[in-house]
Amino acid sequence: MSSESPRSSEPRAGFEPPTGSGEARANTRWLWFFKLASPPHAYRLAGLLRPWFLWPAVALMLIAAYGGLVIAPSDYQQKDAFRIIYVHAPVASMSLMVYVVMAVAAGIGIIWRIKLAHAVAAASAPIGAWFTVLTLASGSIYGKPMWGTWWEWDPRLTSELIQLFLYLGYMALRASFDDIQRADRASALLAVVGVVNVPIVKYSVVWWNSLHQGPSISKLAAPSIDSSMLWPLLIMMLAFMLYFVAVLCNRVRSEILRRERNTSWLNESFVKS
Amino acid sequence: MNLSDFFQMSGYAPYVWSCYGLTLVVLVGMDWTARRRLREELLRAKRRAAVGQGES
Repeated sequence: MSSESPRSSEPRAGFEPPTGSGEARANTRWLWFFKLASPPHAYRLAGLLRPWFLWPAVALMLIAAYGGLVIAPSDYQQKDAFRIIYVHAPVASMSLMVYVVMAVAAGIGIIWRIKLAHAVAAASAPIGAWFTVLTLASGSIYGKPMWGTWWEWDPRLTSELIQLFLYLGYMALRASFDDIQRADRASALLAVVGVVNVPIVKYSVVWWNSLHQGPSISKLAAPSIDSSMLWPLLIMMLAFMLYFVAVLCNRVRSEILRRERNTSWLNESFVKS
Repeated sequence: MNLSDFFQMSGYAPYVWSCYGLTLVVLVGMDWTARRRLREELLRAKRRAAVGQGES
């Protein structure tokens, strides 16, 4: 106690000297990961990074939309209806990718008890749910002229619907707890277990005889579509990933504010400003 | 390719444009909702900080 006497002489109008100086910094200098994961740091970083993801995402989306709608030639079978693929395939891959991000973050949250990881998982869920809604909606609109039906209980379509229920279940489970920490733990378990559905959706068109067409891009085989049709698809996928991170930045910041409502760093930062 | 061909999408116009329109609406809506949520949380945190300062 006596070693802290020089500091305690300072006026204390709800104001502490900023932490992270002196011995505290010396101890954490090499633990960059924990510093990065600390709420004040993550809050600031997310705010700084967001524009660098948002505006490139917007620019790439415009380029890809122009490529997909104007430059790419009409498909010999599907005519111009195939242009739906430039929104359908990217949102579909995002509906799975966001879930993987969410499950990994939730898993990290359970294992290493990092609050920020739980915040990332919680922030991802609504974004993933909307991507899944878009996948089902655009797929339905794509299916009507191509298959003659809006909906079929087909393996790909059914497993994607289950994907939506996983997101909604995760969000409902979180909402059912008043205590954030208990909500984190319970919902993280659901997120981690639910990840088994991701490969089922992804490989459903390969494993079962599905009405849905096979993948247009595969890692092992040469792409089955022409490069003039392929590049807008790849650019659009990249754009959607960047867009996801941009929205995630804002949602994680809201989560941090909600979780840290009674901490001194937050209140101090507003008293100062 | 002229402009009316482009909008007609070889007869698939309702399907193609509704997909693109719907996606655009959801993307803009998601970002807008996230911005609004952050604004609300910031306002709440500021109010709380102001109250805390008054007490001490």
